[in-house]
Amino acid sequence: MSSAQTAPQADAADGTDSASQEAIRVEDLHKSFGDLEVLKGVSLTAARGDVVAIIGGSGSGKSTMLRCINFLETPSSGRIIVGGEEIAMKPDGSPAKPKQIERIRTRLGMVFQAFNLWTHRTLLENVIEVPVHVLGIPKREATARAVELLERVGLGEKHDSYPAFLSGGQQQRAAIARALAVDPAVMLFDEPTSALDPELVGEVLTVIRDLAAEGRTMILVTHEMKFAREVASHVIYLSEGRIEEEGPPEEVFGNPQSERLQQFLRTVS
Amino acid sequence: MIRAMLIPRRLIMLGLFAAFVLWCALALDWSWLPRYTPLALSGLWVTIWLLVVTIVLGFALAVPLGLAQAIGPWYLAAPARAFCTVIRGTPLLLQIWLLYFGLGSLFPQFPWIRESELWPYLRQAWPYAVLSLTLSYAGYEGEVMRGAFASVQKGQIEAARAFGMPRFKIFRRIWLPQAFRQALPTLGGETILQLKATPLVATITIVELYAVAARVRQDTFIIYEPLLLLALAYLVIAGLITLGFRWIEQRGPRQ
Repeated sequence: MSSAQTAPQADAADGTDSASQEAIRVEDLHKSFGDLEVLKGVSLTAARGDVVAIIGGSGSGKSTMLRCINFLETPSSGRIIVGGEEIAMKPDGSPAKPKQIERIRTRLGMVFQAFNLWTHRTLLENVIEVPVHVLGIPKREATARAVELLERVGLGEKHDSYPAFLSGGQQQRAAIARALAVDPAVMLFDEPTSALDPELVGEVLTVIRDLAAEGRTMILVTHEMKFAREVASHVIYLSEGRIEEEGPPEEVFGNPQSERLQQFLRTVS
Repeated sequence: MIRAMLIPRRLIMLGLFAAFVLWCALALDWSWLPRYTPLALSGLWVTIWLLVVTIVLGFALAVPLGLAQAIGPWYLAAPARAFCTVIRGTPLLLQIWLLYFGLGSLFPQFPWIRESELWPYLRQAWPYAVLSLTLSYAGYEGEVMRGAFASVQKGQIEAARAFGMPRFKIFRRIWLPQAFRQALPTLGGETILQLKATPLVATITIVELYAVAARVRQDTFIIYEPLLLLALAYLVIAGLITLGFRWIEQRGPRQ
């Protein structure tokens, strides 16, 4: 597929009609690293309150797809629309308006596989960093909310600890609090439990499950199939940069159609 | 603390040290000291401000030098690397002399420099001392900062980007503080080296601490006593620098 021309010049006045329900839409996303085409035209739509789980083997492009949504990776082509606002892209896929990207990123709370808490700041400082220094919320207000959030993820007593002194599970829960602190329209989880010891996975999944239950819109790249089946409203199976199969979790997990998905599910379960 | 000092071998060491100090005080000739105290104090002051000014200015230069080498385009990285290589590859004494005797004798040949407002300063020695010590510190620390910038984990910066932090803010709030923290132990050591490099500017007529000891020797032919006191003074300043850096290090996460 020639990706270069398909993307940005499509209808400019999009999205406003369905913006109230639609949280995020990705259309025909392509991404190449040099000669290697990692994403070969993938699409995704999440309405408000949806939990979209992206599953697939390693190298299937699922993390890349997630990272293209907030432009941590620059897509090669495609359209990305967040809350009805399309991210302006140059023909080569790079952002046309850096300020727009920065603004949209503040509405997307990202949780990383390796937590990526800022190591030189305490948990509380991590959580108030973006609200205070990017969004300009008064420090007292941000602190009060951060205290609440840390309480909520079960780290009420760890405000003044530095990340290095916490377990992986605690760090990841703090990272979720940091992402929640911007009150994101969509939360992006990039394999949030893959770097954790098995006994710590549960505490993080519990927090994510609670978020799903209260109606947070989330896009979740995960290896936890049972968890995906339980919390997702929509499941996407990626294979070699294409969407091989997608649908409600009961369908995808209970009645997989494609050979590849069947085999994938056999190997991971 | 006091308890720990009461172990026999420590008592012996303390006793020996006290005996040495006592011997120094009684057996050596300190008669020159009262007369040279004012000069020594002004020398101490010159040493300290030279040190403080040149590490502050030098570090301010080291940050862009390190950054240029770590992520800069080639036309910034190459000159930065060349600068650090030249500074680190040549003796500081040579640099001081090249600037003082070279530039210092070049400037008066231009009437417009001689007539400029800066001339009253340019004809003194201290601007050349400050310049050469600053450049030297910048050269060494530029290399240290290059490594420090490169060693900050990519995920730290990525997290800041993912939350919409503007580039300069990422640098100021995440990248630089983390690089600085990485570099702190090295910077502490290098600052002590910088302290011990300051006597070199005595060769261009700056009367700092070492120059005072040399003056005493010239005037009175007393050699060891001023040098002993000089060593003690540097030791104390170096100790204070160590304590200062330790204090800064302990204010962040400790491992």
